[in-house]
Amino acid sequence: MELYLFFKVLWWLLLGVLLMGLAIMVGMDMGVGALLRYVGRTDTERRVALNTIAPHWDGNQVWFILGGGAIFAAFPLIYATAFSGLYIVMLLLLWTMIVRPLGFEYRSKLPSPAWRNVWDWALVVSGAVPMIVYGAGVGNMLMGVPFHFAWDLTSYYTGSFLSLLNPFAVMCGVLSLSLSAWMGGTMLMGRTERGALWNRARRAATVGGIVAIVLFTIGGVWVSHLQGYRIEHAPLPGVAQTPLQQSVVQAGGAWLDNFHAHPVLWLVPALGYAGMILGLLAIRAGYSVLAWWLGALAWIGVIGTAGVSLFPFLMPSSSDPSQSLTVWNAVSSRNTLMWMTGWTVVFMPAILAYTSWAFYVMRGKVTADHVESNPHAY
Amino acid sequence: MINDTVVELSRLQFAATALYHFLFVPLTLGLTFLLAVMETVYVITGKKIYREITQFWSGLFLINFALGVATGLTMEFEFGTNWSFYSGFVGDIFGAPLAIEGLMAFFMESTFIGLMAFGWDRLSKAQHLAVTYLVALGSNFSALWILVANGFMQNPQGAAFNPVTMRMELTSLGSLIFSEDAQTKFVHTSIAGYVTAAIFVTGVSAYYMLRGRHMEIAKRSFRMASLFGVLSVAGVITLGDALGFVGGHAQPSKLAAMEAMWQTEKAPAPFNIATWPVQGEQRNAWSIQIPYVLTPLLTHTLDTTVPGIDQIEADAARRIKNGIPAVEALKVLSGDPANTTALAQFNAHKDDLGYGFLVKRYAKEQNVSNATGDDIVRASKDAIPNVFTIFWVFRAMVACGLLMLAYFVISVILSLRGDVARQRWFLKLAPWMIPIPFIACEMGWVTAEVGRQPWSVFGLLPTWMSASSHSVGYMIFSLAGFVLLYTIFAAVEIYLMVRSIRKGPENHHTDEQGTGAATDREYAALTLTKGEH
Repeated sequence: MELYLFFKVLWWLLLGVLLMGLAIMVGMDMGVGALLRYVGRTDTERRVALNTIAPHWDGNQVWFILGGGAIFAAFPLIYATAFSGLYIVMLLLLWTMIVRPLGFEYRSKLPSPAWRNVWDWALVVSGAVPMIVYGAGVGNMLMGVPFHFAWDLTSYYTGSFLSLLNPFAVMCGVLSLSLSAWMGGTMLMGRTERGALWNRARRAATVGGIVAIVLFTIGGVWVSHLQGYRIEHAPLPGVAQTPLQQSVVQAGGAWLDNFHAHPVLWLVPALGYAGMILGLLAIRAGYSVLAWWLGALAWIGVIGTAGVSLFPFLMPSSSDPSQSLTVWNAVSSRNTLMWMTGWTVVFMPAILAYTSWAFYVMRGKVTADHVESNPHAY
Repeated sequence: MINDTVVELSRLQFAATALYHFLFVPLTLGLTFLLAVMETVYVITGKKIYREITQFWSGLFLINFALGVATGLTMEFEFGTNWSFYSGFVGDIFGAPLAIEGLMAFFMESTFIGLMAFGWDRLSKAQHLAVTYLVALGSNFSALWILVANGFMQNPQGAAFNPVTMRMELTSLGSLIFSEDAQTKFVHTSIAGYVTAAIFVTGVSAYYMLRGRHMEIAKRSFRMASLFGVLSVAGVITLGDALGFVGGHAQPSKLAAMEAMWQTEKAPAPFNIATWPVQGEQRNAWSIQIPYVLTPLLTHTLDTTVPGIDQIEADAARRIKNGIPAVEALKVLSGDPANTTALAQFNAHKDDLGYGFLVKRYAKEQNVSNATGDDIVRASKDAIPNVFTIFWVFRAMVACGLLMLAYFVISVILSLRGDVARQRWFLKLAPWMIPIPFIACEMGWVTAEVGRQPWSVFGLLPTWMSASSHSVGYMIFSLAGFVLLYTIFAAVEIYLMVRSIRKGPENHHTDEQGTGAATDREYAALTLTKGEH
């Protein structure tokens, strides 16, 4: 039984790692896409920008796909309830995301400016919208979502599409977008030579960082006043259970319970602030690689803060709090979690190793010369 | 309450998005390996023409690949968005292969594809070859895991229902992975991809040969692809037979529908070459038969009885009756997990739980306790898929397979004789073969998936119960959106593909000593951005 508890918590942590990996790696490419028409004023500049991530966007995007697969495997009830409940939002996410591979691959295949303009806008939209949805999704988890279950765990979502676009969620979405502008901007700074594009990328990253600090602060104050959720009684965390067996209440400020119980957890948001503030200094000094890593740290702090506030909740129900999904009741069986842990232990180090090697092989600056002399570049 | 229209629209959307996705997957699966073969020849012989060949096909490969990736994103999430109950019910098992697919296959494929496309001048010959092989391996691994997942839906193994958590749970990952259905399907499906790629390459090469363009590239590509193709098509047919054998045991209902066998007949039973099944009357209006052939064909014996639809339906009715108490017990356990009476009742009937679910659709208020005898009969008739569709779709697939076998036998003979370029009739025909493997692949999936109905997980979970509880309006909106987007994508993809094929390889060199400065500059231009190092 205790072993099951261990694996439940481990997979909550791995879910966090996955969401961070997704935000950092996919968010970076999304940032480049969202900024494409701002940083690149000429066709050549835009091609330079796209070619900084050309060899990597596909590999990075797997963080998103793995996100879907791993949530399915480790938290099937979240996969089932969240993705169907947030249906229109998910469609918005998918429809914009599926345009992106085509934008990269097809944009520069034809010389026509109209063709390229269309794909440029497609890349801007498919960069910005998914990041807003991503942040708004996490924001809605903190707000609680109106859903309930029938006796056989059929889930029913009872809210509207618009209720998912509440001010707090939208603010979280903008926070997410601003951090991805940072990551995209610093990536562009690192992979291009100093010039007009580099300067615009730096400006975008700076604005992203400042907006992120402001919104993270407002968000923190907001969360501390939100109606949080608190488990009254439930089966022991290490026991197999369904969301039909607990009692949960809403309480103002409950999202700070974990911080009050374990003050050491304040280090998590502090990490976010450290990443943002030091990162802004690094951007100012032109240390793009350092700024990129500090941006990653900021992401870890921000996502970590949301996760720690919610724990053990994953998706609280605002319409029937007692049917809220938690780490304890939305998780897979012990057997599945053990197997999945095994596969992760074997493959995650390999993934990190060959991803690093791929970045190493393709290192160096992308210049206008190379893009213009090469008919096969993006 | 479950709404029939929502279920039908969800099925339609899944079928449309999955079949569309699989227009791009087979070419990816096969062309990666074919590219690896071509590049191997380049690395071994050192002849630059093979590098040009590899790079040319790799350009077409990437146009196709982008859409495969894009439409695959939909699939990864569509179980959650549209098959919510399904996802909760079997996610403990079904999610694992999808996650492992990401960890093991997608990362490998997608990371190395960047290096394959952009790393020509940054990697040594051997390194680049290794990268190409890793892409091929990655894409084929992804086929493995998705077919392990599908294998579970076809013949659930290594799982048991847990009444405490109200879902199916994994009991043995080994049984799940090494399920005979899954493994046979994997080999059948991935080799079908190799056939697709081989036909694509021979077809496009023939197009060039007919016009006398790029002859050196076209002839060599044609030969490599036709050898690859003839081996693959033989493999597909062999594995297809094995799949019928393995799958037939797991799903007698699919098999009976494939052969339009309304009545159980004494072995050895006759084989219907062509027939006109009438589902409502449970008979064939007419049929052309070969006596005695069906039994040895399906069972590889002469005296095994193959159950007909009458027997399968009678069996289903019995199991539905037996399954109803299991569903009722589950309902009690949901509110009161400690109820030992309910648990005992559940355990006594649990083998037929899925059949109990089957009657929910017809019972008053969708409550199985209200099921009448009539409801059970109606539900038992549902235990058979649409016979007309399965019978003919399956035959269309087989016909395509045999046609491709003939095509490759001829193409290998012509190619080895060295006079394929002179056989204008054949060169004219070859490009028209390109749609055939795509049709065969789609028909194969229709046979597999429609043939599994009424189940999403065979014998365990009816499709009708699996869908998310959306409104009809949401479903129309999403279906319309997918159709619109995917239609635009298809138009763009076909336009770019045709344009690239018409344009052909960039400045190819026919002389194999072409190692002069001009060539080197050109090779530099063929590759992307390189840093000044």
